[in-house]
Amino acid sequence: MHIVVCIKQVPDSAQIRIHPVTNTIMRQGVPAIINPFDLFSLEEALRIKDKVGARVTVLTMGPPMAETSLRKALSLGADDAVLLTDRKFAGSDTLATSYALTSAIKKLSEEEQVDLVFCGKQTVDGDTAQVGPGIATRLGFQQLTYITKIESIDQGAREIVVHRRSEGGVQVLKTALPCMITMLEGTNTIRFGKMDDMFRAARYGLKTWSKDTTGAEETKVGLKGSPTVVSKVFVPKPRAQKATMVEAEAPTAEAPSAEAMAAAAVEAILGAQPKLADELLARAAAGL
Amino acid sequence: MSEPSKPQGRKFQLPEHLKEYKGIWVIVEQERGSVHSVSWELVGEARKLADKLGVEVGAVVLGADSPELNAICGDAFTYGADVVYKVTDPVLADYRTDPYTRVMTDVVNTYKPEIVLLGATTLGRDLAGAIATTLATGLTADCTELDIYMDNRSLAATRPTFGGTLLCTIQTLAYRPQMATVRPRVMSMPDRDDNRTGRVVEVFPALREDDVITKVLSFIADREQNEAQLAFADIIVAAGKGLGKPENLKLVFDLAKVLGGEVGVTRPLVQAGWTGFDRQVGQTGKTVRPKLYIAAGISGAIQHRVGMEKSDLILAINTDPNAPIFDFAHLGLVGDALTILPALTDAFGKRLSVNRLAG
Ligand SMILES: Cc1cc2nc3c(=O)[nH]c(=O)nc-3n(C[C@H](O)[C@H](O)[C@H](O)COP(=O)(O)OP(=O)(O)OC[C@H]3O[C@@H](n4cnc5c(N)ncnc54)[C@H](O)[C@@H]3O)c2cc1C
Ligand SMILES: Nc1ncnc2c1ncn2[C@@H]1O[C@H](COP(=O)(O)O)[C@@H](O)[C@H]1O
Repeated sequence: MHIVVCIKQVPDSAQIRIHPVTNTIMRQGVPAIINPFDLFSLEEALRIKDKVGARVTVLTMGPPMAETSLRKALSLGADDAVLLTDRKFAGSDTLATSYALTSAIKKLSEEEQVDLVFCGKQTVDGDTAQVGPGIATRLGFQQLTYITKIESIDQGAREIVVHRRSEGGVQVLKTALPCMITMLEGTNTIRFGKMDDMFRAARYGLKTWSKDTTGAEETKVGLKGSPTVVSKVFVPKPRAQKATMVEAEAPTAEAPSAEAMAAAAVEAILGAQPKLADELLARAAAGL
Repeated sequence: MSEPSKPQGRKFQLPEHLKEYKGIWVIVEQERGSVHSVSWELVGEARKLADKLGVEVGAVVLGADSPELNAICGDAFTYGADVVYKVTDPVLADYRTDPYTRVMTDVVNTYKPEIVLLGATTLGRDLAGAIATTLATGLTADCTELDIYMDNRSLAATRPTFGGTLLCTIQTLAYRPQMATVRPRVMSMPDRDDNRTGRVVEVFPALREDDVITKVLSFIADREQNEAQLAFADIIVAAGKGLGKPENLKLVFDLAKVLGGEVGVTRPLVQAGWTGFDRQVGQTGKTVRPKLYIAAGISGAIQHRVGMEKSDLILAINTDPNAPIFDFAHLGLVGDALTILPALTDAFGKRLSVNRLAG
């Protein structure tokens, strides 16, 4: 069994800062991490490897510095790593990104047939959740998104049973390999790396592939291959008005009591939303 | 990079063969006979955009033929659709990516809408990602605002990026249709007009179950699982780290009970295991739009804010008068949530029971 896990290196979004004057993103000094959602998928792939045996290849498309994320994944137990990097990929939107990644997966399949592709649910910087479905569609793989659990996987019969989150509940699906899976967050916890994997990760000779290595067509990658363009970037407008503060009377030199504050808050709420007051009263009157 | 006063898109020429793409579609999300309300929110939004462009609103309803499905087609008109594409086949009874993708690809290629909108739900995002690939066109996910650049009649799809710290407006150039997904509760629910009707275009795709590899073995409904129905609550009492310890969550549950509302939380509480993920509000949780949102002990981080700022009325309770939440809440109360919450429960209880006696 050959499993490919697509991971993306992203800036640690909790620490994104916007330049106060130019409104641009200040990337300097922002640490890069593996997209947190990808770790749930990587862990699930490693669990399949532990259970039924598999070769796990991690794949990323990005600048040369994305190498750190690949080594991190190797230290967690991935077997091989491919860095897809080329200036010609710059500016790719999700359609072009999924095309480029698919070209690399096809090349990996020439070495050893790929049975499963894992992607993250979404990235924290792009946030689109489109690249996984894009890859599945291009490869003609069964598409299994928002998976909460892999119930069973039968290598001989090439069958897999999963639980998939849908809006109103959980679908239990049975399908055949090959497929593309995105795991829902919180479904597992990424393991700690083992010492020997860490040493191996440090020494591992990464495969670095360019557009020409995978045979991707120039017109389908980068800006040329991207139907969408960002026409404007801006900082959300702050709401014009700040909150009206709830105040209550208090005996001199003392803070108002919680009771007084609460009573004032109730009046403020019902005053601001007279309709809400009627509804609440109607509900209460109906004894709900 | 500041917001230009007049919206203006990137200049481009739409090739002649793409000019026949006309009309705005919403793919109506129905599972087991019930429609996800985001679909009607989008029909309402599509109506506004279509009126700007002077084109029709189409609603695509897919499923196995049934009386429920017919009722859904009727509802689509009352919310603002001009045409309903009713696509029926037994194979479409349950949502599965592959048959839905094949059918939608064909229907789009046949009837050629210029814009296709879907809810940013598990179904909508799964399907949108697949058909944007088969149609080789642009898709903008999780939009919070849609508009039309009138100079070139293209869709201006605005979405948060980098966790809501920035907004960006995305445009699909010389490709059609232009696709976007929008989160539930971001657009408001349109009013029904029961007198509205329209054309129904029936499509019979003639699928074969044998051609579909993925099978649905069973469906475990949330109703049986007791999950919080946050997205549809009219009143939400939400708790943040300011509550101190898990036992104190009782205070928000008590207040929610008196108000007939639901309980929401910030992400750190979910991560610390105080309660389930189904109660998380924010960028990586649910988007909510209740009539009243009471935020207790919540700082108001951008990732939380994007999930609740469209609430009609926000009351924030925080010990810190400089907490960012006071910048966008409507009402603020500086104080200790641990004492204010029980007092609010009492005050609302009294207020409502007094009226019950009087009424
Ligand atoms: C990629 C990413 C995604 C995220 N997604 C989400 C998301 O979906 N939803 C979400 O909520 N967060 C999300 N976050 C986390 C978010 O950035 C904040 O960390 C989080 O919202 C803060 O939660 P909080 O307000 O409960 O805690 P804090 O920020 O610690 O705020 C606690 C507040 O309580 C006040 N307080 C303390 N004691 C009291 C008291 N006794 N009475 C009243 N007030 C008191 C304090 O003054 C403070 O303002 C995300 C972060 C990242 C990086
Ligand atoms: N540049 C990339 N390299 C490798 N994998 C990627 C890349 N971009 C996206 N992905 C994968 O696709 C998933 C969804 O990404 P997105 O559509 O950007 O939200 C991610 O979680 C990754 O698994």
